[in-house]
Amino acid sequence: MTDQTDVGAASFQPAHFAFDAESEAEISRVLGRYPAGKQASAVLPLLYFVQRQMGRQTGSAWVPRAAMDEIARRLAMAPIRVYEVATFYTMFQLRPVGRFHLQVCTTTPCWLRGSDEVVAACRRTAGVGGFGETSADGLFTMTEVECLGACVNAPILQVNDDFYEDLDGPRTDALLAALKRGEVPPPGSTIGRQTSAPEGGPQTLVALPLAAATPPAE
Amino acid sequence: MLSDKDRIFTNLYGLHDWRLAGARARGDWDGTAALLARGRDALIEEVKASGLRGRGGAGFPTGMKWSFMPKQSDGRPHYLVVNADESEPGTCKDRDILRHDPHKLIEGCLIAGLAMGAHVAYIYVRGEFYNEAARLQAAVDEAYDAGLIGRNACGSGWEFDVYVHRGAGAYICGEETALLESLEGKKGMPRLKPPFPAAVGLYGCPTTVNNVESIAVVPTILRRGAAWFSELGRPKNAGTKIFCISGHVNKPCNVEEELGIPLRELIERYAGGVRGGWDNLLAVIPGGSSVPVLPREICDTVLMDFDSLREVRSGLGTAAVIVMDKSTDIIKAIARLSQFYKHESCGQCTPCREGTGWLMRVMYRLVEGRAEPGEIDVLEQVTRQIEGHTICALGDAAAWPVQGLIRHFRPVIEERIAQAKARPMPLAAE
Repeated sequence: MTDQTDVGAASFQPAHFAFDAESEAEISRVLGRYPAGKQASAVLPLLYFVQRQMGRQTGSAWVPRAAMDEIARRLAMAPIRVYEVATFYTMFQLRPVGRFHLQVCTTTPCWLRGSDEVVAACRRTAGVGGFGETSADGLFTMTEVECLGACVNAPILQVNDDFYEDLDGPRTDALLAALKRGEVPPPGSTIGRQTSAPEGGPQTLVALPLAAATPPAE
Repeated sequence: MLSDKDRIFTNLYGLHDWRLAGARARGDWDGTAALLARGRDALIEEVKASGLRGRGGAGFPTGMKWSFMPKQSDGRPHYLVVNADESEPGTCKDRDILRHDPHKLIEGCLIAGLAMGAHVAYIYVRGEFYNEAARLQAAVDEAYDAGLIGRNACGSGWEFDVYVHRGAGAYICGEETALLESLEGKKGMPRLKPPFPAAVGLYGCPTTVNNVESIAVVPTILRRGAAWFSELGRPKNAGTKIFCISGHVNKPCNVEEELGIPLRELIERYAGGVRGGWDNLLAVIPGGSSVPVLPREICDTVLMDFDSLREVRSGLGTAAVIVMDKSTDIIKAIARLSQFYKHESCGQCTPCREGTGWLMRVMYRLVEGRAEPGEIDVLEQVTRQIEGHTICALGDAAAWPVQGLIRHFRPVIEERIAQAKARPMPLAAE
C-alpha cells in the first residue's frame, strides 16, 4: 500500500477543482435519489464523478483534495467526513495513476488459477515495478486488489472499469500490448467462454423452450 | 438432478436478451399486479411456507425477516435495501443476476417492497461491478418507462421507486449495517445490534436488507407456489441455489441446482471434475472464503445445504465452492485468506483490527515453517479470542478458515515446521 500520510499536501495536488458540465448533469440526476436532508448519501457517487472527470480531462482518474472540498461544500458536509470516506474505500485513487489502472486480483480463487502469472506479465509487459507503481511511460499503474467477484472466470485483471477473465501469462501480455498500441480489446473471457458457463458451452438451460421456462400464473 | 423446467434463472449465462422484452418472454413481470393484490400478509405467508432461506450467507428465513417490519408505519418510511455488494471470495452469482436477469431482481423488489410496506428500494452494488450496475440501471429505466415501477407500479396503486447505488471497494459493506452506514454516506463500519434494522435501519427508519438472489427468486416462487419450491432440496433446506465452482476443476462455472446435491456430483457433473481426477482432490472450501475448509474424506459424501455442511463444522455460506487439488500449498491458500481479512477489517473493534493482522503474520510464517510447533495451539487460541468478540461477523470469518486448517491439516503444518528446522542455517548474512 502506498503511503498516504501527507498526500493532501503533496505537490501534485491542484489548487482548484470545478465540476464540468457532464459531471453537473450526473450530479443533478443522483441527488434526487435520496430524501431531503440526506444528501450526504451522494458522497460516493460524487467522488466517482470527480474521478471520471479527472480521467476525461487529464488521462489520470484520481480524486484531488480540492475536489473533496468541493464535494463537502455541495453536500453540506464537513470536509473531514469526505476525506474519511475517500480514504476508507479502496476504489478512490488519492494520487495520480496511469491511463490504464491494472487491478490484479490475487485472492485465493484467482491465485489457485494462476494470478501470479498475471502479475508477472504486468511487470514484464506493462513495465511496472510492483504494486502501487506506475510505468515509466505513465501508461499503466498496477494495484493488487482483493476478490473481484468473478471467481469462476479466474484469474481476473480489471483494467479501469472492465474485467478481463480466464487469463494466463501470454494472454495478459497480449492484452497489455494491445492497450499500448491504443487498442482496447473487448472485455470478458479471453478464451471465448460464454460468461460464467463452463468451457465448451452450457450443460444446463440448453434445450429450454423459453416460453415454457416459467409457467403462467394460475 | 434439477431439470431445466425447474430452474429459476433461465438466462444465467446471458445467452438470451436481458431486456424487458426478453425477460417477459421468460415469464418475468407476468401477472405481477395479481401477485401484489394478494396483499402483504399473504405474500409473507407464502414466502415463509416456501422455506426460502437467505442466499447471502447466513441462511436466515426470508419470510420471517420480512415479518419483523412494523405492521403499521409510525410515520417513518420503510426501506428495502438489496445487498449486491458481492465480495465473498469465491462468490460470483449475483453478478450473473445483475447482468443477465436484472428484471427478476426488480420485480422481486416491488413484491418484497409491498410485503414490508416500503415504497423505496436501494440496490447497493459493489463498486467494481461498473458494467453490471449500468446494466441494472438500464433495466430499472425500462421498468419505469413501462409503468412496472414508479407512481402506480403495474397499475396496482402502489408507488415504488428503485435506485441503484454503487459501493466503492470495501468487503465490509456486505455486512448489512455497514452497508446502511455506507448508503448514508459514511465509512462502512458495522453498527451495534440491537436495534436491528427492522426497527432502526436506513436513515433511522425500518429497513430490511436482503441478498440479490433471495429477492430475485421471489416472483417465481409466488407464481409457481410455495409447495413447488419447498419440495425441491431437502427439509429445512428448500429450493434451488446458484453454485459457483472455482479453483482446480476442469471447467469452472456457475450452475443452478437443488440444495442438497452431493458436493462430488456437483463438481463432477457440472465443473468437469477435479483437475487430475477425484483422487487428486486435496480439499474444498464449500461456501465462500469464510467457511472452514473440508478435507477430501468429507468431500466424498457431504451434501451441499445449510444443515449438512453445519454438521461437518463448515457452512453453505454463499455456496461458492473453491476446489483445491493436491498441488496446492494449503497453508498458503489459507494464509492468503488471512491477508484478505486483514485488508478488509474496518478497524473498529480491537480483536478484529489487531487479530486479523496477527493471524496473517503468523500464517505467513507457517507457510515457510518459521515457527515452533507449540505456536499452532497459540494460533488456534487466538482465533477463539477473535471469534464472537466483535460487533460484526468479519472477526468470525477471519477465524474460521484458520480453525478449519488446523482441524484438518495440522500434520501438514507440523511437517512444514520440521522441514524448516531440518534445513541447515545459513552461514552468514550477505
